[in-house]
Order: sequence, then C-alpha cells, then structure tokens
Amino acid sequence: MVAIVALIKVIVVVLVILGTVAYLVLLERKVSAYMQDRIGPNRVGPKGLFQPFADILKLVLKEMIVPRKANKFVHALAPVISITVALSALAVIPFGNYVVIGGQKISLMIANVNIGVLYILAMSSLGVYGITLSGWASNNKYSLLGGLRSSAQMISYELSLGLSIIGVLMIDGTLRLDKIVESQSGWHWNIFYQPLGFLVFVTAAFAETNRLPFDLPEAEPELVGGYHTEYSGMRWGLFFLSEYTNMIVSSALMATLYFGGWSLPYVNYSAMSPNIAAIVQVATFLAKTGIFIFIYMWVRWTVPRFRYDQLMNVGWKIMLPLAFLNLIGTGAVMLAVR
Amino acid sequence: MTLWERLYFPEIIHGMSITIRAFFRPKFTRQYPEERWTPPPVFRGRPVLVMEDETGIERCVACGLCARVCPSLAIEVQAAETELDKERYPERFEINMLRCIFCGFCEEVCPEEAIIMSKDFELTFSNTRDAIYGKDKLLIPASQLKDRLDFLKQYR
Repeated sequence: MVAIVALIKVIVVVLVILGTVAYLVLLERKVSAYMQDRIGPNRVGPKGLFQPFADILKLVLKEMIVPRKANKFVHALAPVISITVALSALAVIPFGNYVVIGGQKISLMIANVNIGVLYILAMSSLGVYGITLSGWASNNKYSLLGGLRSSAQMISYELSLGLSIIGVLMIDGTLRLDKIVESQSGWHWNIFYQPLGFLVFVTAAFAETNRLPFDLPEAEPELVGGYHTEYSGMRWGLFFLSEYTNMIVSSALMATLYFGGWSLPYVNYSAMSPNIAAIVQVATFLAKTGIFIFIYMWVRWTVPRFRYDQLMNVGWKIMLPLAFLNLIGTGAVMLAVR
Repeated sequence: MTLWERLYFPEIIHGMSITIRAFFRPKFTRQYPEERWTPPPVFRGRPVLVMEDETGIERCVACGLCARVCPSLAIEVQAAETELDKERYPERFEINMLRCIFCGFCEEVCPEEAIIMSKDFELTFSNTRDAIYGKDKLLIPASQLKDRLDFLKQYR
C-alpha cells in the first residue's frame, strides 16, 4: 500500500515536472523576448502556447548523432545520469503538508527522509558526473573543456552552497525539510535571520545549475556548446530537461529553506479542512518557486557571463569566506541569545 | 571602481531594474504576414520599367546604360528598331533578380527615367529560371509608380 502510494506520487511529480519544463522553455523564450523588446514565439497555437509540443516533436524526430570516435556507451549514459539525478532530487521536496484520501493521511512529499538536505546536496553534486562524462565521451576538445570547467566550477561552489545551508540548519536544528518548513511558520522565515546566507546560497545555486552568469560549461561564444556540443535529438533534450529540472529544484529549495516553503503568514491551516489546506499550501509553494524561477530567467537575461578566473575568484575568495562569516556570525548570535 | 561598484550585487540589481522596465515597455515587432508595410518613396525595391499609361509603351530606348553600370551584371538588354518617335526599343529586357543588389545605379544612370526602383520587396521564386524577370514582369504603368517618380523629380 505504502509502495503504491509512493509510486503514484513519483509518477505524478515526474509527469508534472516534465510538463512544467516544457512550458518553462517557452516561458524563458518569452521572458527573454520581452526583456529585449521583442514578442517571442506566438505562432503555434493561441499566443504560442503549443510551442513546447512543436519543440518536443522536433527533438524526438531529430537524428541522434554519435561522433565516430566517441565512447558510445558513456556518450549514451551521460544524459541519462543527468536527468535521473536531477529528477531524484525532487523526492524530498515538501510540496505541502498532507492530504486526506479515504481516511488516510498522505504526506505531500515523496520520501520523508530524516536527512533531506544532505540528500539534495548529494544529488546536486552527482549532477557533475553527467556533464563531465558527456564532455569526456564526446571526443571533442570543446566538450572536454566544458566538462572540465563544469567539474571545477561545481566543486568550488558546492562548498559555499553547503556552508550557507548550515546556517539554516543551526537555527532550525533539523535536516528534515518538512520540519524546516514548519519551524518557519508565521513570519519566521529564514531570509530574515540569514540574509547573507541566502545571498551566498543563491549565488552558489546559480553556479550549481550552470545558469548565467555562471554558465561556463556551455559558454557558446568560446566553447561552441560546451559539454553538449556533440549531442543532438532527444539526448540533447535530456540535458536541456535536466538543466531546467535543476532550476526547479533549486528554486524550490530556496523557497523551502529561506521563504517558509508552503507556509503562509496570517493563514491558519488547522481551521480549514485538510484537503483545502493542502491545495492552498501547494499553490503557495508553487507560487514561491515560480517567483524564483522567474528571477533565474531575469538574471540570465541581465547579467553577462563571468570570465573563468573571475568565477574561481568569486567562488574561493568571496563566497567561501562569506559563507564562513555567516556560519560564525550565526553561531555567535545563537550563543548570545541563549 | 568605487567600493559600491566593487560590491557587484548593487550593480546587478541596477541592471535587473533596467531589464524589468524593458519587460513592460511596448514592443516594436511587426507581425509581418498579417501586418503589411508600405515603404516610403525613398525605398529601393525591385527595379521596374516605366510604361506610359495611355499608349502602353515602355519609356526605355534600349541605350544599354543600365546594363553597363550594373555592378552585379544583372541586366541584359537587347535593342531593336521601331517606327515610333523614339526609334529604338528593348526587344528583350531581363533582370536577374538573384543577382540584383538593389543599388539603384540603373535608375540613376537612366536618361529617360525609364527604369526606376519600385516599392516591391516581396520577391519569391522556387527556381533560378523564375528569378530572371522579363518584360512581362518588369513593365509597370507610370500611374502606379507616381510616388517614386515624384520623389525623383524632387530630389534628383
């Protein structure tokens, strides 16, 4: 019974995310167009709303080209690693509290593990493998450079990402994401206690997801396409999918860790019937996540790409000390308050 | 750089304020196939031969200056004699629209104001043979070209 419920939750979440990703691509194109005084795709369907289906159809129908001297097995494996890892990070995100179906409480997260935050950090660092392996397996110097860059970049920013989260963990005293959300109810959002930590977290999250201004692994002007230069068709589509899924995961994480997740100030969930409360919670959570996704796109179409040495300087000389400072400061304040 | 600029984050916020303003500005894109555009008389579209309205005869006297000046060698004229006052007329007049670069030299050099640039910029053909425009496509009545003829009288 538990297994079936978990399976249903997995299927629902994966399908919803895949559909969302398709529409995020459209949103990104629209946002970029509007920020550049253009209109963007508006031909397929009303207002261009069917554009994602056309895109997917094109990707599926395209030939998947494998370079002659590529390592065929690893070349095929790399995008699968990327998308698997990206999707599995969603397992511990709390979309809401719980729903009651047939008298049974069903929690609105796929797996309520007691090391949720650690699990997400582990999954996000596994994402490097997909990119690095694809860069290596393509037998192309640009791909290799992209892959190498991404491994160096992700390892450097992982440190400050982890350290910035520790501040939240110290305040809330738990690694469970649902408990972190509960402890932020009302106006006790962590952003008010951890502004510096949030800044470091956001910067590191941008670098982790390879989004502009840190998209050096695929820097088009220098590296053609970076790690996915030699990919085409649906394999390339999988990389695209995992990039956007990573974006969703880190936006959800920002909402969960710093902006109270599904909790909403001034709303008393216990007064509502549990299912209506669940709908409100999910809507709140999705709205918060959506805002961060928009900020992701907003930043992408505003800030130019960093140079590689600047990226490393920012990572090791600024972000890491700031994260430590935040950690020590949080500890000192907590000691003083207690 | 000042310390404020070196902090970088305030500058990112500044940049983001610029892009979000652009986000809500009206857009300039013209929805082309639905929204058509009529060019002003200065516009140099495809070159055409002026045909007198009453007689239906082209002004061209087949002097060949346009073919001579054409930098991309797009024009070919074959002259013949006629009983009319102008004595010569182009028996064959062909412009290869794949070669034409719309420079307007033919119009500038023409002593009779017989070849001028039109407003037509929507040129499509599916093979190279169709791209060679003969007299059937080139002859346009002067009344339809009034804008450009007036423009030429005023500014040339």
